[in-house]
Amino acid sequence: MKPNKNIWQSIRFSPLFKSIFRHGYDDTKQNKILQIRSNVFLHLHPVKVPAHAMKIRFTWCMGGITFFLFLVETITGILLMFYYRPVPEYAYQDMKYLEFDVPFGILLRNIHRWAAHLMVGTVMLHMLRVFLTGSYKPPREFNWVVGVMLLIFTFLLSFTGYLLPWDQLAYWAITVGTNMIRATPFIGHEGPFALLDKYNDVRFMILGGTEIGANALLRFYVLHIVVLPAAAIIFMAVHFWRIRKDGGISGPL
Amino acid sequence: MPLFVPLPLCSLVPLYKTMYHSKSKKHLVWPDLAFMEFLTAVALTIILIAWALLANAPLLEIASPARSENPSKAPWYFVGLQELLVYFDPWIAGVMIPSIIVFCLMMIPYVDCNSKGSGEYSFSLRKFAVINFIFGFLMWLTLLFVGFFLRGPSWQLYLPWESWEKVKDIEENLWSLNPAVGLISLLAYLALFIILPAVIKKDFYKRRGIARYAIVMLSLALMYFVPMKILLRLVFNIKYVLVTPWFNV
Ligand code: HEM
Repeated sequence: MKPNKNIWQSIRFSPLFKSIFRHGYDDTKQNKILQIRSNVFLHLHPVKVPAHAMKIRFTWCMGGITFFLFLVETITGILLMFYYRPVPEYAYQDMKYLEFDVPFGILLRNIHRWAAHLMVGTVMLHMLRVFLTGSYKPPREFNWVVGVMLLIFTFLLSFTGYLLPWDQLAYWAITVGTNMIRATPFIGHEGPFALLDKYNDVRFMILGGTEIGANALLRFYVLHIVVLPAAAIIFMAVHFWRIRKDGGISGPL
Repeated sequence: MPLFVPLPLCSLVPLYKTMYHSKSKKHLVWPDLAFMEFLTAVALTIILIAWALLANAPLLEIASPARSENPSKAPWYFVGLQELLVYFDPWIAGVMIPSIIVFCLMMIPYVDCNSKGSGEYSFSLRKFAVINFIFGFLMWLTLLFVGFFLRGPSWQLYLPWESWEKVKDIEENLWSLNPAVGLISLLAYLALFIILPAVIKKDFYKRRGIARYAIVMLSLALMYFVPMKILLRLVFNIKYVLVTPWFNV
C-alpha cells in the first residue's frame, strides 16, 4: 500500500481520517465485525444474527420500520416547529402559511402526517408479529411490557399531535376523545362515584379548562414535542438494550 | 404451593438456552442485514415522499367551539372505542375497556405458562393463546372499520355508497333487564366462565395455579362479554344488562 498514490489515497491514510474511521474497508471478516463494533449507531446490532432472523417473513421488519418512522417524525417535526406557534390566534394561520408560503411546507406537513398514521399501524403489526412468534415468552417478558408502554406512547403522540392544526377536524376529534375522560370513575365529574366537579376533575387537569381552548392547545403541544417523545426515547433505549440482553432476537430453542 | 413460579428461574433458563443452544446458523450483520435495513429506509423514504406529493393532509376550516362537526370522529385508532359508546356507557367504553386492555396486554407474558412455541410461528403448539389473541385483535380491527367507514351523521349506520344527505334517525325501543335478573345473569355468566373450565379440564387449571387461572379467565370473560353485549343490543334491543343507582352495565 502506497499512501500517496492519489488524492483519495492520501485522504484515506491521513491521520485525520484514520482518527475518525479506525479500520479499513478490505473485505475481511475482521473489518466486517469492526464495521458494527466501532460505529456507535450500528452497534445497536449484535455482530452476528441467526439466519432465520434476517428473513423478512420472521420479523416483517416491523420493529425496525416503526423506529425508522419515529426518526422521520422527529426530523420533520423539528422542521415544522420553526413555523408553528401553539396559540389559537396563530396555529391555524401557520398551517395555511405552511401550505401556501413556506417552500416545501406542504410536503413537510404531509410527510409528518402520513408517517404518523403509518407508525400507529406498524406498531400494531409489530405487536401482532411478536405475539405470533411467541417472542414475549421468557426471557423476554419484560421487554413485551416495555413494548406495551411504547404502544401507548405512540397512540398518545399521534393523539396530541392531532389537535395542533386547530381546525374543525382537530378540534372535534379531540373533543370526542377527551369527553370520555369525564366518565372516569371517582376522578371524572360524570363517572360513577364522582368525587370531583367540572372544575377540578381529571379532564380539567388534562385540558387546563372545561373546554378545549388555548390552555389545552399549549398542553398538547408540550406533551407532543417534549414529554411524550422523551418518554418514548427512554423506553426505546430500554427496549433495544433489552433485546440484546435477553439473548438477541428470539428463535426456536 | 407458590402462586407464581419464582420469576428469576422462569426467565434465566430460557435465556441461557437462547444464548448458547440456538440451533440456527449465524450471519454477520455487516453487510447483509445493514444493507437490507438501508434499502428498507430508502424505499420507505420514497413511499413517504410519493404519498406526501399525491395526498394532502386534511385541513378544514378554523376550529370553532360553537359549530360542532356531525359526525365528530376520534382519530382512526380510537374510533373503535368511540364505536363502543353505542353499546356501553362512557365510563366503560372510554375508560374501563382501554385500561383493562392495557393491563391484560402487559400480563400476557406472566400468565401464559406454555413454554412451547417461543421464537417461531406455530399455531398447533399454542392454540389457546393464538385463538384468543387473534379474536381480540380482529374485534379491535372490526370496530375500527365500522366506526371509520360505516358511521355517518349522528353516528348512524351508512353504507359507503349511501349519501349522508339523507337524514337517518332510527327509532329504537330499548329496554333494560330487571336489576335482579341482570345481576343474577351477570354473576352466572362470570361463574360459568370461571368455574366450568376448571371443572371440565382439571389439568388446564392445575398447570396455571389459581392466580394465573383467575386472571386469564376473568380477562377472557370480560373480552367475550363485549361482543355478547353488542349482540344483545342488536338482536334484543337491550340497553343495559345491569341497572344500579350508581352505574349501568
Ligand atoms: C415505538 C414502538 C416500538 C419500536 C420502535 C420497537 C422496535 C423493535 C425492534 C427494532 C425490534 C427488533 C426485532 C423486530 O424488528 O421485530 C423489537 C423487538 C421486540 N419488540 Fe418492539 N418495538 C416497539 C413496540 C413494541 C410493542 C408495542 C411490543 C409489544 C407489545 C414490542 C415487543 C417487542 C418484543 C417482545 C421484541 C423481541 C422480539 C424477538 O426477540 O423476537 N415492541 N422491537
